[in-house]
Amino acid sequence: MHGIPRKAPTQEERDGSSIKAAKLRDLQSQLLHFHYNKIYTKEAIEISAQLLESNPEHYTGWNYRKLAVQHLLDRHQENEVDSELPQSVLDEELRLVENALKRNFKAYGAWHHRKWVLSKGHSSPDRELRLLGKLQKLDSRNFHAWNYRRFITELKKIPDEDELQYTTDMIYDNFSNYSAWHNRSMLLSKLLEKRAKGYDKTENVLSEEFEFVRNALFTDPDDQSGWFYHLWLLGQTLKREPLVISSSPPHGSNLSLSIDNPDCQPSFSKIYHQSKERTFPLILYFSEAVVGVSSSTVTVEFDYDGGDGLIWHPLSANKLGFSQAWLAYIKYPHDSLESCHVKVTVAQFPGIISSSGMPCSQSCFISFTASVCSNNQEHSKVQTTHKISWNEENFKAHSTHPEDANLLASLCKLNITKENMPTTPMLCIETISNEIACSRELLSSSNCKIGKLILARLLVAHNTLMTYGCMDSITEAHYEEILALYHDLMKMDHAHIGYYEDEYSLVVMKQLTSNTESLLKLCGNYEELSLPSISSYTCVRLKGLSLSRVSCMEHLLWVQMLDLSHNKLRSIEGLEALQLLSCLKLSKNRFSSFTALEPLKMLKSLQVLDVSYNEIGAHSIDTRRYMCSSPLNSTTGSEWQLKRFAEEDADMKHFWDAYLLFKDLNLVQLDIVGNAVVDERLKAFLVKLMSALKWFDGESCH
Amino acid sequence: MVEKHIKYIISIEKKKDDFASVVMEHLRLNGAYWGLTTLDVLGKLDAVDQDEVVSWIMQCQDQSGGFGGNIGHDPHLLYTLSAIQVLALFDKIDVLDIEKLDIASLQNEDGSFFGDIWGETDTRFSYIAICSLALLQRLDKINVEKAVEYIVNCKNLDGGFGCAPGAESHAGQIFCCVGALAILGSLDHVDKDLLGWWLCERQVKSGGLNGRPEKLPDVCYSWWVLSSLIMIDRVHWIDKKKLVDFILDCQDKEKGGISDRPDDAVDVFHTYFGVAGLSLLEYPGLKAIDPAYALPVDVVNKIFLTT
Repeated sequence: MHGIPRKAPTQEERDGSSIKAAKLRDLQSQLLHFHYNKIYTKEAIEISAQLLESNPEHYTGWNYRKLAVQHLLDRHQENEVDSELPQSVLDEELRLVENALKRNFKAYGAWHHRKWVLSKGHSSPDRELRLLGKLQKLDSRNFHAWNYRRFITELKKIPDEDELQYTTDMIYDNFSNYSAWHNRSMLLSKLLEKRAKGYDKTENVLSEEFEFVRNALFTDPDDQSGWFYHLWLLGQTLKREPLVISSSPPHGSNLSLSIDNPDCQPSFSKIYHQSKERTFPLILYFSEAVVGVSSSTVTVEFDYDGGDGLIWHPLSANKLGFSQAWLAYIKYPHDSLESCHVKVTVAQFPGIISSSGMPCSQSCFISFTASVCSNNQEHSKVQTTHKISWNEENFKAHSTHPEDANLLASLCKLNITKENMPTTPMLCIETISNEIACSRELLSSSNCKIGKLILARLLVAHNTLMTYGCMDSITEAHYEEILALYHDLMKMDHAHIGYYEDEYSLVVMKQLTSNTESLLKLCGNYEELSLPSISSYTCVRLKGLSLSRVSCMEHLLWVQMLDLSHNKLRSIEGLEALQLLSCLKLSKNRFSSFTALEPLKMLKSLQVLDVSYNEIGAHSIDTRRYMCSSPLNSTTGSEWQLKRFAEEDADMKHFWDAYLLFKDLNLVQLDIVGNAVVDERLKAFLVKLMSALKWFDGESCH
Repeated sequence: MVEKHIKYIISIEKKKDDFASVVMEHLRLNGAYWGLTTLDVLGKLDAVDQDEVVSWIMQCQDQSGGFGGNIGHDPHLLYTLSAIQVLALFDKIDVLDIEKLDIASLQNEDGSFFGDIWGETDTRFSYIAICSLALLQRLDKINVEKAVEYIVNCKNLDGGFGCAPGAESHAGQIFCCVGALAILGSLDHVDKDLLGWWLCERQVKSGGLNGRPEKLPDVCYSWWVLSSLIMIDRVHWIDKKKLVDFILDCQDKEKGGISDRPDDAVDVFHTYFGVAGLSLLEYPGLKAIDPAYALPVDVVNKIFLTT
């Protein structure tokens, strides 16, 4: 089946093949006959051996063999004629397996049969390891052999340290042995975790391993065997405790809660939130996805009484509950118009854990003031009685409103109290700096892809370590160099351009949003010129930046109006954190399905959405179908009651993805033109589904 | 070329006596799945006698309920899935007595699955059990949580999956684990960026995909690597056009069929994976195939989107 050259067989070959076929067919039918009739004579068993040696994949043959062996052993137990019998019977099986493996050392049936023989308590570890040694010399990548090796070492309790040494020997022999590197990573991981003798100083171990894998990378940079090991080492080096890196409302801010009718000019001297029920969203944003944020691990105090029993929600579709952004609704005390001081203490008690298993043990606090404003006060909720046209002439750069710039600057600044901010261990920074130097050395001798990729990753890591969560850090960030490296990679390894573009986008987003000055440049004032009496809003514009991915939401939690049009976005994971988002423009991107827009379901404030001119419906293959809630993977639960719909809406089943997305969104304006999926039937369905909709593709409805 | 491939598959179905067919007699049921699914994707499932096939499949069922690779062969999960899949193609799943099948008894305490009574464990069998029961809409018969737990235990530090805990990442096993997690709505256990990079680096200079680092490209990985990339939405990390060209290059332009590498001998296994891969790459004229269930999308939709 594999590696056989294509050529028409000669008559001689055809004849030979016929004879072989006839012989094999004969053996196979005899085997089935013996098996069905439970015939375990010496001759029958010999036939089965012939079959399995020529066709070791004939699994029923191995089954027959086990029954025959069982039969012989049972009979021996009854009669006890020859005490050597069990030994010789099982020896014969081992010999048969070896012969079968000679024919095909990847035959699953043969390997399993050997394990079965060993389970009868037969054979010595030495014999097995010797066999493995032979086979691994023939093919050091035979994963059956490596699996069997792990089976034997576990059975015979061979220590991890010894096996680690074996991988060292294999790698010294030939570094191009991914199987050995893989085994090494598993063993080392175990040894580090149990803090075995000699492996308790993680940093030292990692340092040595970096040196070890460097040999492989330098010897042949195009060989992938060490690449993934290096990435794993990097991940281990960077492993740290999660921490809160931003919040909404931000630390030190003044939140003004407007509960009345909003017909006023907004100004941005304070942050506003409108809510009839006197609630406002509190968002905590962590350095990485965590679980365990609850009222036991996060305490919220008001001036007057504690905010007990808050329910925290992860802002991500992750079924396991991991999320970077967490949300709770805080209710402003009843009847009070006084301003109130709020203090949020995170991780005072343990329980918050990152997806890499690191606990959040350092507590920190965020405080801000909240007050209620009554009639004739300002608000900043985006007015949605009129259509948002997103026209270019409606935008003004923020520099024309200096007071706003000041406020925005303060909004952009992160002021999480640094009292308890954990510092990066120096050893970690040293290791990364050292590795940066080594990869520069590699690149100077060989302009290779892996050198550039590793250097780019290391520089990103270095940035993260030095600027952890802080904006406007004094330390120089390497952004320009990183972006240049990814540019080079896109050219030299064009096949993987999609990967480099995604990485590039992440860096661009970090660069643009981590710096107050550059973030301010992205902000514009949006005003409907045709309706001058209506309020103006701050809009963040990330349009036309060739972004294929979004991230770094920590600096954008306050955003209410966002323009991400004219990019290359295929997904918007991460956008769930922007709970104040009211207007979102995603036109002229590469969204290829409604399922790709699933994160929007969490944006309860979203009212204006533009997904026009994308690729929804243009592809026969949906790449997000299994990542979201869908009837195909039993995750929709009560949302999707097929039985109920069977008689009614054929549309709902036909447009199940659109239905699941839009049914919970309270959109007032939707633009969807320019997508292949759009037809009159879909439009009618959507207008019917969304009762609050006032504007559809520019025209008024309802 | 479509006509030639169809002719090739039908000719394979007829051949029973040459050496290649005899040596693979024990997995003829898999062969039926590969051949028939290819015909369906090419729009020509009606070229075979449905009743004849269904009747032969049912003869492969053992009294224990499982299916053997051929008539008279012992039952094993590997062939049970193929039986269910072929019946799904013909919309004839209802001929099965689901209670008789008893896949659940093969699940172990740690969540893993035996392939048969002889006790071999492999994540391939986890995928097979989960896919089979999902198609029969009887996932309630197994402990899904434990099944997921076992698969997650087979996750490696490079983001991939092996056949058992601690085993090296291999594209075939990755497809099985990712497919099983996808079917169970549990892809959150997969580090998509990490695995995505490992998978996209399977694309070598010729445009073909290999199954693990430093191995030769092979058309069958156009399915296992590609479907995995699609399920985790990272397929844009490879050069799709180059892969299409590689697969097309592996065709036998005279006699039909597709081989593992250009100029090698063709077989129905690689013909199926080549055509399925082209479908995933949205090659024109082919029916869309579902990356998790490995059946045409209309077959899958029929099962899950109607009562």
